[in-house]
Amino acid sequence: MITLDALTKSYGPATVVDAVSLEIADAGVTSIIGPNGAGKSTLLSLASRILGADAGGVTADGVDVLNAPSRAVATILSILRQEHHTTARITVRELVEFGRFPHSHGRLTPECRAAVAEALAYCDLTDLAERPIHQLSGGQRQRAYVAMVLAQDTHYVLLDEPLNNLDMVHATALMRLLRRLADERGKSIVLVLHDVNYASAYSDRIIAMRDGAVIQDGPPSLVIAEDALEAVYGMRFRVHELDGDRVAAYYR
Amino acid sequence: MRRPTPDTVAAVAPWAAVALVVVLGAVSMAIGVIDLGALDGPEARELILTSRLPRTAALILAGASMAVAGLIMQHLAQNRFVAPTTAGTVDAAAVGLLVATLLFTGAAVITKVAIALVFALAGTALFVLLTQRIQFKDMILVPLLGLVLAGVYRAGAEFFAFRAGLTQALDTWFNADFSGIIEGRYETLWLAGLAAAGAYLFANRFTAAGMGEAFATNIGVNYRLVMSGGLGIAALATAVVVVTVGAIPFLGLIVPNIVTLVLGDNLRRVLPVTALVGASLVLVCDIVGRVLIFPYEISMGLIVGVVGSAVFLAMVMRKGNRYATT
Repeated sequence: MITLDALTKSYGPATVVDAVSLEIADAGVTSIIGPNGAGKSTLLSLASRILGADAGGVTADGVDVLNAPSRAVATILSILRQEHHTTARITVRELVEFGRFPHSHGRLTPECRAAVAEALAYCDLTDLAERPIHQLSGGQRQRAYVAMVLAQDTHYVLLDEPLNNLDMVHATALMRLLRRLADERGKSIVLVLHDVNYASAYSDRIIAMRDGAVIQDGPPSLVIAEDALEAVYGMRFRVHELDGDRVAAYYR
Repeated sequence: MRRPTPDTVAAVAPWAAVALVVVLGAVSMAIGVIDLGALDGPEARELILTSRLPRTAALILAGASMAVAGLIMQHLAQNRFVAPTTAGTVDAAAVGLLVATLLFTGAAVITKVAIALVFALAGTALFVLLTQRIQFKDMILVPLLGLVLAGVYRAGAEFFAFRAGLTQALDTWFNADFSGIIEGRYETLWLAGLAAAGAYLFANRFTAAGMGEAFATNIGVNYRLVMSGGLGIAALATAVVVVTVGAIPFLGLIVPNIVTLVLGDNLRRVLPVTALVGASLVLVCDIVGRVLIFPYEISMGLIVGVVGSAVFLAMVMRKGNRYATT
């Protein structure tokens, strides 16, 4: 279980994340939604020690995430951020091998190679393994980063807007992959999403934020509701039941 | 004929680079005013041990360590145009050497290296702090800022050098010259060589840090520690080279760029080749400088400046170049 305890982050007078306390379950898919500037990405960065918190604490399976040795944390929890504008010319395989760094300390064991091969296969990247990542399309590159996190083999996987720049084909494929990870491997996936309908279709739990605070928290049946969504986004939604999913319409 | 695959190139490159250094090293040992063949055994041995071998070793150590310093800096800055010469490191080291010369006249070489190192570290740290403050980490803006900073350091150095009558000395610090290298006058360069070799142990961490702070932190790499360590290694190599033989222009900029263009950016694979290619380039330039107006010499720094600027221009203007196109 991940426990966030009164996490707070301010930039000058603006409090971006305001004393957020949450518990994330051992397994399943948890989506964080909310308007721009709600503090979703900042919360994820704080929870994964990528960004220093002003106050509060985080534990994952009892390990103090903010103060424990970074490498120990890296075997429990992984974080994938939205921007991948790296100019580094490394191959997909080399990128995925970095996922093994916390386990192997830089020297790949046979176990590591097996984990890398499996992660590549799981993400359907075996054929692209020797290609430099800067030559890949956006969707392929996103998959390569997900494969790296897979090879890292942490119980908790945090992803910040993983669907950015993906068309619906790749976005759906990625969401299916994440759902499979939770179902088949018992991992706990936490992701920031902008598309409430992906959150609705794939999540066990949806956390909605606004102005640095959590204002809705529950299963899709509760959060993907007209009044709940209006409270989050300040805009009218129409919510329909469609083939068992709750689908929000907001185009008109 | 089929084009060689990237794997073949990656497998062959290190051995080709080793062979190049061995051949050039042998040529460097053979060239000199005195014809080695005309001497008898003990005299030839004496000449080799006191002059030819130290000079060749100095060339290899200086070239390898400056190329590695450039490689590390461009990775950590995530900018292919950041090198000791474009981040103020060289100029700051020269300021340090000036301070050492003015305030600690007659100090041991190692003391001068230490003072130059402190200045090189501080000068580079200021560059890093400034680049962290600017919003748009533009490919060109960052090294431009470094060049401006380097100009400020150098202007300060020139002011005090002028007042102390040291302008000629200052010029030699910016222009590598190996003609004065004999046994007992190059050994500090082993420090730079050691620093470059030590960098290999952390090659994976440098690659990870080059992917960004969040990327490195996620896999448990201490980003700040790797940044400080990498810049420390680059500053040490630069300080030693500036104090011992003088700065080598362009080397830290062009060699890492050429090598990574061919072999990619995985430092564990690229770092040894970069070191060897750096050593080769310095050997070639020194050999050319020694042969052109034989028995006189043109300083290595001048030759590498001419070659380097041509290569650099070719690099920037290369068709399909991602830096040249907008």
